[in-house]
Amino acid sequence: MNVVNTDLVIKARGLSKNFGNLAAVSDLDLDVPRAMIYGFLGPNGSGKSTTIRMLCGLLTPSSGSAVVLGTEVPGDTEALKPRIGYMTQKFSLYGDLTCIENLRFIADIYSYPREKKAARINELIHKYDLTAQVHQFTGTLSGGEKQRLALACAVLHKPELLFLDEPTSAVDPKSRRDFWASLFELVEMGTTILVSTHYMDEAERCHRLAILDHGTKVADGTPTDLQASTGMTVIEVLADNPARAQALIKRLPDVTSVTQLGLKLRVLIPNTTPEPLSLVTTMLSEHDIHASTEEVPASLEDVFVAVTQKKRAPETSE
Amino acid sequence: MNSLGRLFAVMGKELRQLRRDRLTFAMIVGIPIMQILLFGYAINTDVRNLKSAIADQAGTHLSRQFISDLKQTQVLDFQYVVETPMEIEELLRTGRISAGVYIPYDFDRRVIDGNRFAAHLLVDGADPTIVGVANQLRSMRVTFDTWEAPSESAGTLEVRPFYNPDQRSAVYVVPGLIGIILTFTMMLFTAVSIVRERELGNLELLINTPVRTIELMVGKVVPYIVIGLVQLGLIVAVGQLLFNVPLRGSFVDLYLAASVFIAANLALGLFVSTIVKTQFQAIQATIFMIMPSILITGFIFPFDGMPKIIQYIGEILPNTHFIRMTRGIMLRDASLGDMASELLILVVFTFVAMTAAILRFSKRLD
Ligand SMILES: Nc1ncnc2c1ncn2[C@@H]1O[C@H](COP(=O)(O)OP(=O)(O)OP(=O)(O)O)[C@@H](O)[C@H]1O
Ligand SMILES: [Mg+2]
Repeated sequence: MNVVNTDLVIKARGLSKNFGNLAAVSDLDLDVPRAMIYGFLGPNGSGKSTTIRMLCGLLTPSSGSAVVLGTEVPGDTEALKPRIGYMTQKFSLYGDLTCIENLRFIADIYSYPREKKAARINELIHKYDLTAQVHQFTGTLSGGEKQRLALACAVLHKPELLFLDEPTSAVDPKSRRDFWASLFELVEMGTTILVSTHYMDEAERCHRLAILDHGTKVADGTPTDLQASTGMTVIEVLADNPARAQALIKRLPDVTSVTQLGLKLRVLIPNTTPEPLSLVTTMLSEHDIHASTEEVPASLEDVFVAVTQKKRAPETSE
Repeated sequence: MNSLGRLFAVMGKELRQLRRDRLTFAMIVGIPIMQILLFGYAINTDVRNLKSAIADQAGTHLSRQFISDLKQTQVLDFQYVVETPMEIEELLRTGRISAGVYIPYDFDRRVIDGNRFAAHLLVDGADPTIVGVANQLRSMRVTFDTWEAPSESAGTLEVRPFYNPDQRSAVYVVPGLIGIILTFTMMLFTAVSIVRERELGNLELLINTPVRTIELMVGKVVPYIVIGLVQLGLIVAVGQLLFNVPLRGSFVDLYLAASVFIAANLALGLFVSTIVKTQFQAIQATIFMIMPSILITGFIFPFDGMPKIIQYIGEILPNTHFIRMTRGIMLRDASLGDMASELLILVVFTFVAMTAAILRFSKRLD
């Protein structure tokens, strides 16, 4: 299924957007191949929505440009509209219309063939498990139901390229799995999906991934590549006094970050530091803390912490 | 073909939303009825039952006859009977009465001499309408002055009918009121329409679909034309039922003129909607636009009586032209052909406002 395709659906160069003095997106290069799930991972305000809006032609870039499905952006993006689907971060269907009325409206707006319309809507209602909500006003749907309906509306006209802006922020873990299963189905049929998220487990499912921080792309690649090339040693520490252990490890000048995950501490130390494991064990035993330490492979979260820290470090020294 | 499909999709959506919006739906019917009742009864230039006082120092047969005639006009309602003109003044000053009649002790003498005022009418000069009434009442005294001598025919004394059935104000007010009501409701509905979609977030989805601006704009306007025409029917019917407002001209002419006028207001409302940022601003803008539509279109003050500069501004407002047409059609049995230029101005206005709205609206967020 994962045929590597050099055919680029999105190719952006130096894409930037300023709101007054704020650089919401700066100098972003992006290559999204066809029939892939491309993830945008980034904290709040990192410019994910802004980038998606620029790629759809809803916002004019301050500088830079992109080619989306062969169409120049900025440019005449109207030609693009029938070929893309966009699921907004905020629910944007009509709350005072029922599910089926919203679906019909979207079908008509996209001029979906009349004779196939009813069948297509029926198919989507079943696929996205909205049978019980067909005649419910969408304003009264639960968060997860809203997002399933929004996805159904975004894919109704079978777009080649699908933008999903944090599509699962209100979805429970079980539904999230189903949601992603349906995304993979779409990809298999040739759809390219660009999805933004804060969730690491979702990021891991993407074929490729770009990590954004403060409007800048700080890393991109496949999840495995990113994990392999963090430039960090990851040490897991199981200590009898995790809070004190954390405080002590933080004092070590070479440590990039210490995070507590349950009883365990996760310590990131740059590869350039010699003997990272003994550095930690010495510090802890000097202060009479019993701990077991272990070097583990980097997770995507570690990658995220590593790249976002790297960028912030010079800022704080200024 | 696709374009028509999208247009119908937008129209259908607007109608559905409107049907669900109970308050707006109630307003469509409620505003015209409420306004016509308010204006029909309150804007009343044929003033009656003014609270008044009477000081009859003469106390003769003739003076009592005169008072009785005054009462019959129904203009004055003598709630206070006092002794001196000073008391009348006091009542006027404290605002308890709007008019007072003082009949001096030599009333009979004065009437017979005919070269002096026989009686005094004291009025609250602060209210121009009441002053107008007072001037009407003066003509009654003239009848007295030229009257030869007191006789038994005094009981049949001719008193001018101040309540002139042919000048009933409701008849004059209702045709103008149609324009006011339509301006208000039509502008309000469309002024909030786009900005509401923006506020609720629907717009971000909508502008990312293939729908064209013109389809969106026309689709939002057309359902309201129908609603406006329903309102028109309602006002004409209530006007006829309660105030005997005639429709002397052609029904078709009236509906044709109204259709164009409604379109003009809807286009203006859409234009406002592309400028304002919130629904609250949209409502403020509508109120800002409605004031001149009431004041300088000839609805309340005669158009020709206004300063030239105000008249020029008035000519820009659709309501000015519509009021001329409705008064013509409803009261004077004029045809649209007689007033083609008024209609043409409205057509041009609609076209300009709609174009401006389409140009202002961009399928972008910045
Ligand atoms: N219209 C606007 N005017 C001014 N600033 C804006 C505008 N839109 C976005 N921003 C700013 O640009 C930055 C990036 O916003 P954006 O919505 O792209 O972030 P995001 O990555 O989508 O965040 P989140 O995960 O919270 O959705 C933020 O700091 C935001 O405040
Ligand atoms: Mg966002």
